[in-house]
Amino acid sequence: MTEYNFAYLDEQTKRMIRRAILKGLAIPGYQVPFASREMPMPYGWGTGGVQVSAAVLTPEDTFKVIDQGADDTTNAVSIRSFFQRTAGVATTTSTSDATVIQTRHRIPEEPLHEGQILVYQVPIPEPLRFLEPRESETRKMHSLEEYGLMHVKLYEDISRHGHIATSYAYPVKVEGRYVMDPSPIPKFDNPKLGDMAAIQLFGAGREQRIYALPPYTKVVSLDFEDHPFEASKADHPCGMCGATDSYLDEVIIDDAGGRMFVCSDTDYCEARQAAGHMGKDNGGKDAA
Amino acid sequence: MTPLLSVQGITKRYGAHIGCADVSFDLYPGEVMGIVGESGSGKSTLLNCMAGHLAPDAGQVVFDTRTDGPRDTITMSEPERRMLGRTDWAFVHQHARDGLRMGVSASGNVGERLMAVGERHYGDIRDKATDWLGRVEIDASRVDDRPTTFSGGMQQRLQIARNLVTGPRLVFMDEPTGGLDVSVQARLLDLLRGLVRDMELSAIIVTHDLAVVRLLADRLMVMKSGRVVEAGLTDQVLDDPQHAYSQLLVSSVLQV
Repeated sequence: MTEYNFAYLDEQTKRMIRRAILKGLAIPGYQVPFASREMPMPYGWGTGGVQVSAAVLTPEDTFKVIDQGADDTTNAVSIRSFFQRTAGVATTTSTSDATVIQTRHRIPEEPLHEGQILVYQVPIPEPLRFLEPRESETRKMHSLEEYGLMHVKLYEDISRHGHIATSYAYPVKVEGRYVMDPSPIPKFDNPKLGDMAAIQLFGAGREQRIYALPPYTKVVSLDFEDHPFEASKADHPCGMCGATDSYLDEVIIDDAGGRMFVCSDTDYCEARQAAGHMGKDNGGKDAA
Repeated sequence: MTPLLSVQGITKRYGAHIGCADVSFDLYPGEVMGIVGESGSGKSTLLNCMAGHLAPDAGQVVFDTRTDGPRDTITMSEPERRMLGRTDWAFVHQHARDGLRMGVSASGNVGERLMAVGERHYGDIRDKATDWLGRVEIDASRVDDRPTTFSGGMQQRLQIARNLVTGPRLVFMDEPTGGLDVSVQARLLDLLRGLVRDMELSAIIVTHDLAVVRLLADRLMVMKSGRVVEAGLTDQVLDDPQHAYSQLLVSSVLQV
């Protein structure tokens, strides 16, 4: 490919994004504004994540893209082939082989290791947005550490549903300072955010914000003393691989109420099946 | 005795136009000060300057803080001022909608100030909120309802509960009874008088309704064109007004 610069973006743009990333890493959880570029895809398809990936990719990297945990959905396939064409980097679906993983709405089940970078696509970076619509005011609240309002949302959840019903984009506090939106990952994944060996970068293209968690950062999910945070998942084993510790998608399989639960992380599920684990919908001996 | 709030020479201009000019007074703990005057006389500008919502062009607002004694709130840092705004100070808006979160339940509205000062126990927050809603005569069955379903009087009482839950020492009120019908006004005033006396609150009440100050205020300031034209004990000013404008104001009240 000679028509494009390496990884599509020009070098000056990548420098600008890298500066924002470094600032984000220096102030974990702080939303750094950056001059988001037009990308050859619509907003909402991961323009922020793609720009961050483009800025961190090197020719030696192995790239993996997941969308809701899956390697084979439209979004994941198109972004993977985008970088295959424009950067010529090796791609993989294996979590452990990848050096850069771009993700939408999930953290892989397999623990990440040092040297890996996890890039999140973020639709709305501001955790206080739906409580306080004024950006000028939310910035002030961040700078003055006025986070009482975040608990009002959780309070409303409990008073209305009897428990904290927020199940994704669950707000976290980073290193005892900034309250951060972890992007719409299920709250099942929240405990993995903290103390992770890999670098975590968050890119919001439309909102023009980048934020980051350096390795081994302390991340605490907000809660009440008498209603502690709970990482929840569907109470079933995976129908394909029988895993009981992974986050599950509920799949409707007929119009008579039939359903099955499958790992949302396809790589994790396939690796388990290859190792001989079979779930009850897969004729396996792990059948419940 | 140290005044709780000492205001000196507050001036606020809007370009060439005067909002309020050279206003000074002391407010002692447990005292209720009324500010009356016609529309546009600078009452609300003065109140907003004192409460830190507007930056005055000149003057000092010295508040007797719990920890550090008297401090000028105009020159103190913004985090400190905002901290005062949710602990020792309270602000009751004329329109309850300005002071409430309309999309959040009644108990959530009351609990917000508690959570803002670090309360993190759901049960405690809810108990306190329910207790306060009871004190302002909102039925326990309505605690999870949104303020949009409340009547105007209930919204105003909810706003008062939300402000008083953290036990402030100074309450700023901007026309607290404006826009309510007379019987609801009477009940609200009765409630406010009880709360102010029970909690030994100091309050500054801006209003154009002389009945409100007669009932609530110990002292009174009359404002006209941004300046204080007369000040004194409430009964003294209302029964024996000296300034021509005060006389006009007192004589303008319709007798039924």
